[in-house]
Amino acid sequence: MSAPRLSTTHRPPSYLADAWRIARKDLLIEFRTRSAFLAATVFAVLAVVIFRFTWDPTAIPAMDLAPGVLWVIFTFSGLLGLNRSFGLELAERAYDGLLASQVSREAIFTGKVIANLVFVLCVQTLALPAVALFFDLPVGPSWGIIVAIVLLASLGLSAVGTLFAAIASNTRLAELLLPMMTLPFFVPLVIPAAQATAVVLRGQPIAEGMAWLKVLLAFDLVFVFACIMVFPFTIEE
Amino acid sequence: MQSPHETGATGVASASASGPALTAEALVRAFGGRRAVNGVSLTLQGGACLALFGPNGAGKTTLLRLLGGLLKPTTGTTRLHGQPLPGDAETRRLVGLISHHAMLYPALSVRENVRFAAECQGVIDADEATTRVLTQLRVVDRADTAVRYLSRGLQQRVSIARALVHGPQLVLLDEPYTGLDETGALALTDALGALKANGATLVLVTHNLSEGLALATHSAIMQHGTFVDEQPVSSSGFDVSAYQAKYRALVHEGLA
Repeated sequence: MSAPRLSTTHRPPSYLADAWRIARKDLLIEFRTRSAFLAATVFAVLAVVIFRFTWDPTAIPAMDLAPGVLWVIFTFSGLLGLNRSFGLELAERAYDGLLASQVSREAIFTGKVIANLVFVLCVQTLALPAVALFFDLPVGPSWGIIVAIVLLASLGLSAVGTLFAAIASNTRLAELLLPMMTLPFFVPLVIPAAQATAVVLRGQPIAEGMAWLKVLLAFDLVFVFACIMVFPFTIEE
Repeated sequence: MQSPHETGATGVASASASGPALTAEALVRAFGGRRAVNGVSLTLQGGACLALFGPNGAGKTTLLRLLGGLLKPTTGTTRLHGQPLPGDAETRRLVGLISHHAMLYPALSVRENVRFAAECQGVIDADEATTRVLTQLRVVDRADTAVRYLSRGLQQRVSIARALVHGPQLVLLDEPYTGLDETGALALTDALGALKANGATLVLVTHNLSEGLALATHSAIMQHGTFVDEQPVSSSGFDVSAYQAKYRALVHEGLA
């Protein structure tokens, strides 16, 4: 006795195609509603303004303060999008349809990470010039390296954040639990990201920040892989 | 396979020479100390339809989620065409699930929702399949409307289209007629009838006995996680009134 084989009208599952399909769907929903993006952007701009007007330039140089400000804003604005990631699946239990489909759990997770990464990068694209403007940072000459730091750190933030968003989404206190669970895991990402950014903004040779970049890379390699492996266990009831 | 009586489980069996499409053996699912499903066994052939009745909290929805592979049983196994559930991608593709939740994305249009489901199930010509199933469910004229602007009944039709777009071999239906108007109910009955004729196996959970028995080849009454009654439903001469009286006696008067 065997299951009816796939007919010629069906294709087998494809990890990357399935992941991209889920990411595209999430991004399309966010593009239509813009709920999380608007909230995150408003938060980022407000935070920049507050930090700027509470900052005493005679006490702390901009180069010392700005990298920390930048990564605090990136981290907390990213959290606003992570909650939405699984909230939109659970509102009408569309998640059940996804889980009952031939798409693998790993592809679902990867799709969610891609969507969250794009979301975080879009917010950062607006927040970075705002921080540079308000703190008069010389981003221009070193923008390529800063983009690399942002990409490495954002990948880690998105992977870890997506995993914990999946865990928190099944609880009644998801919006409270998510930051409580994720922030301790974000520390090993935010510190090297801020340190590497500071090295670049001070105009020091990139070799001096290479150790921090290696920490970011190592975090990404370990945690992206680990999160993909762990995710299927988070959805078991 | 042991019979339900040998395992102490309750069960339904439909016989066929071609072998069963869906089998469940002594399924138990506990949440904490409470057994929502407690030793249910069933065997259904392709083309069979089990109508599952029972009061709220009897374990019907949990049983559907176990049969669909969305929940893992505490003990027991479920097999679809011999493959365990939750199975590999190919086995999961054979399942269609209709819940009392819409299982849709409100910000996406009707067509986008159904096409996304088709693509997730590996349908190659997802556009053609989407148009076909929307036409069958008589909702194609609203294909470009965002789901959040539809009435509950129309959303239910789209939800059904989403579940059927890939031509599943096992369709699990949890209160599918809820919110449907006469046109929608007729379209659903036609679609389910066509699926049955094509050899699909249906498990239908409903509180409406007449509605369930109209499609059923087998019926079961569930209470406290077990089947307290099961029987075949013949296409002619089945006494719905007598069945309703039996249901009332078993469920409402506690004679199970």
